[in-house]
Amino acid sequence: MSIDKNMNTPGSGDVYSLAEAEDAALLAKDTQSLSQGQLVRRRFVAHKGAMISLGVLVFITLFAYTSVGFAGVPGWWGKSYLDAATTVDGGRPTLSLIPQWLGGSGIAWGDHPFGQENTGKDYFALVMRGTQKSIIIGVVVGIVATAIGAIIGAVAGYFRGWVDSILMRLTDLFIVIPLLVLAAVLGQMAGNLGGSIITLAVVLGLVTWTGLARLVRGEVLSLREREFVSAAQAMGAGSGRIIFKHLLPNTIGVIVVNATFAIASAILLESSLSFLGFGVQPPESSLGLLISQYQNAFTNRPWLFWWPGMIILAIALSVNFIGDGLRDAFDPRQSRKHKRGLFGLTKAKG
Amino acid sequence: MLKFIIRRVGAAIGILFGASLLLYVLVINSGDPLEDLRESNAENREYLIQQRIEFMNLDVPWYQRYWDWLAGVGKCFALQCDLGTNRSGVSVDSLLALAASSTLRLVLLATVLALIIGIAIGILTAIRQYSGLDYGVTFATFLFFSLPVFWAAVLLKEYMAIGYNDWLRDPDFTLGQILVIAAIAGFLMQVFLAGSLRRRILTFAVTAVFIGAALPTLLALGYFREPRLGYVGVALLTFAVALSATAMSVGLKTRKVLYPALITAALVSVLQIVLVNVFVYYMNWWIMAAGLALAFVIPWFIGHSMGGRYKGTAAGVSMTTGVVGAGLTVLDHFFRSWPGFLDLKPRPISTIGSQTPNFAGGFWETALDYGTQLILPTILLTVISLASYSRYTRASMLEVSRQDYIRTARSKGLPERTVIFRHAFRNALIPIATIAAFDFAALIGGAVITETVFGWKGMGELFITGLDQVDPAPVMAFFLVTGTAAILFNLLADIFYAILDPRIRV
Repeated sequence: MSIDKNMNTPGSGDVYSLAEAEDAALLAKDTQSLSQGQLVRRRFVAHKGAMISLGVLVFITLFAYTSVGFAGVPGWWGKSYLDAATTVDGGRPTLSLIPQWLGGSGIAWGDHPFGQENTGKDYFALVMRGTQKSIIIGVVVGIVATAIGAIIGAVAGYFRGWVDSILMRLTDLFIVIPLLVLAAVLGQMAGNLGGSIITLAVVLGLVTWTGLARLVRGEVLSLREREFVSAAQAMGAGSGRIIFKHLLPNTIGVIVVNATFAIASAILLESSLSFLGFGVQPPESSLGLLISQYQNAFTNRPWLFWWPGMIILAIALSVNFIGDGLRDAFDPRQSRKHKRGLFGLTKAKG
Repeated sequence: MLKFIIRRVGAAIGILFGASLLLYVLVINSGDPLEDLRESNAENREYLIQQRIEFMNLDVPWYQRYWDWLAGVGKCFALQCDLGTNRSGVSVDSLLALAASSTLRLVLLATVLALIIGIAIGILTAIRQYSGLDYGVTFATFLFFSLPVFWAAVLLKEYMAIGYNDWLRDPDFTLGQILVIAAIAGFLMQVFLAGSLRRRILTFAVTAVFIGAALPTLLALGYFREPRLGYVGVALLTFAVALSATAMSVGLKTRKVLYPALITAALVSVLQIVLVNVFVYYMNWWIMAAGLALAFVIPWFIGHSMGGRYKGTAAGVSMTTGVVGAGLTVLDHFFRSWPGFLDLKPRPISTIGSQTPNFAGGFWETALDYGTQLILPTILLTVISLASYSRYTRASMLEVSRQDYIRTARSKGLPERTVIFRHAFRNALIPIATIAAFDFAALIGGAVITETVFGWKGMGELFITGLDQVDPAPVMAFFLVTGTAAILFNLLADIFYAILDPRIRV
């Protein structure tokens, strides 16, 4: 991404020595020079919204995975999301967050913090299980879609010509069919194949790569005209090496930012599919499925409706904010410093 | 240009063909269409299976079935489509005709609203970059991006529909509610208008006092059950629109623009009284459409003939006045029909369906019924697509504002209004056109969920049932509409580019 911009062109002696003096002055200041990676990391850490979101996301992830356990490993929460039980107190949640001195019933966790559903299953276990699914879906879709999109985009942009035409028409083909429709059809197929959550995630990844492919292609089309690509070609590097070692690392910013947004939209897509009945099937749990099952319980037992929705919202919101932070970090033009407001009407904040 | 359009249409039809083949293969392989019958215990099971095989042509290979479907679609060019039958033998054409009208009504309205509001918010936040408004809108945008549609829909049902209906039975505000509403309105107004601290406080005070006084007055007048504008109200508002549109475009001193606008306003004020019987007794959708067309054409004519040097602006301002005036007249008649409508439908916003079944009312009551059923899904779809439009407009405006020609425009002393709208906004529109075109297809996808939650018998239902029953004909009909719409809108976006940016020669 960063091409050295302060090349010294030997001009008149005066200018040259001036430039040298300037360089010396810069060196004399003991500012450490930073690598691109360090710069990006610094800018990201400085983005408050992204850091808070990262904290929230890590907390939710740890909570979901340690509480009900995963892949056979038992968690610290004793109840299973599959076991029916007798309903206590109409399935009301026992979680209480208002301390006694504020007139509440004190901070308590209780037997069923999120309440119980119709058959007495522990709702906390169901929601945590659903949260795990959402996070897996997000991560797998993010990886699959990013890998496909980046490679197709880079190949199309690097080779141009008929390869580009074919790949871009293929992309158009996927764009013309509404995403939800394609995902629903494939989700239905995955469901009938007796597929696990991973199958569903891979299938969703197979249909969500189009946006990234277009973006990477655009980047690569301009990158391939740069000198370092010609240099690599002159040294005899093959197409594969140029694409993977020279072109793709230079588009890492676009790729990472888009992968983040892909994760957020994948989580929402999965919950929509499960809501419509083409995604995760019962008795397995998913946040979208839970909302679909209990949407009519809103008036009488609102907790069955609020918890899964709030958790989807929290995950998607924090992932989106992290994406925003990454975009600011990778794209210095987006940086909040040294920038005038539009038309100079407002003063920029530092 | 023509050659370009033909080439694009050719490529588009190719893509549509490929996509339809892909979708067809996927749908017929997504499950077993006879599954429910195989598991059934009905006596005539064999007969039912035979019947379904016949309806769905399951005894011929899939490419034959696809070819039949394609041939049926091909007949559309001869204006007699044949989209096949669903698994019970019902013609999909008639199903689609019913479904498409309600879905397109929903999606078109939502898209238009989202574009207008989203672009306006985008411009505003770009002008006030890094202000409180900008940060607030940014956060709201992220919130809407991350909102599960179906979840938000249930919330809307609960608070907007059921809550509003309960409230409307006996409209009332407590003193506390009035104070809170007035304070919020004042706060929002000062955020939007901005300015110095003194001006902000003034804005806040004026708005809060106005709202605080208006709400009890409206309650005392019974306005929420019997709203009205009256002839005088419509006329006053129309003249106000004429004056403010003139002031915002070229200023009130330009008589060549002011006079046509005032004449248009006068014409609207007279016509609403003269034509009152047409509105009350003979109204239908054709008259409505014709009236809207005239509200564009006549003011254009007035502005164009009187405007002289300013004829373009004069026509625009007059047209705005004419259309808003006509809209106000229609609104007035909706207001008049509202009490009668409440008698027919005591809880006006019901949470299910695109219209009330067996609803017996005149034109205005039926239109109100459609309208009240449209409100919730439209709000939902609008809010969701609003987020991306405002975001892209903002980014695009900021990008354009760094260009040299903006500096040139400012340094030659053009007024800020001209710089923003003529020079910056026009160029910022180019990327938005692409996004809007792509979004339309995505929005129909989003409408699938919205329709499910609100129980609309629309295209979403057609698609979901079709897919659930592994019945390709309804699914393909759904795709035909969305795919064609997507391609059409992309084509329009390309043509729109050429108009916006003369450098793009095609």
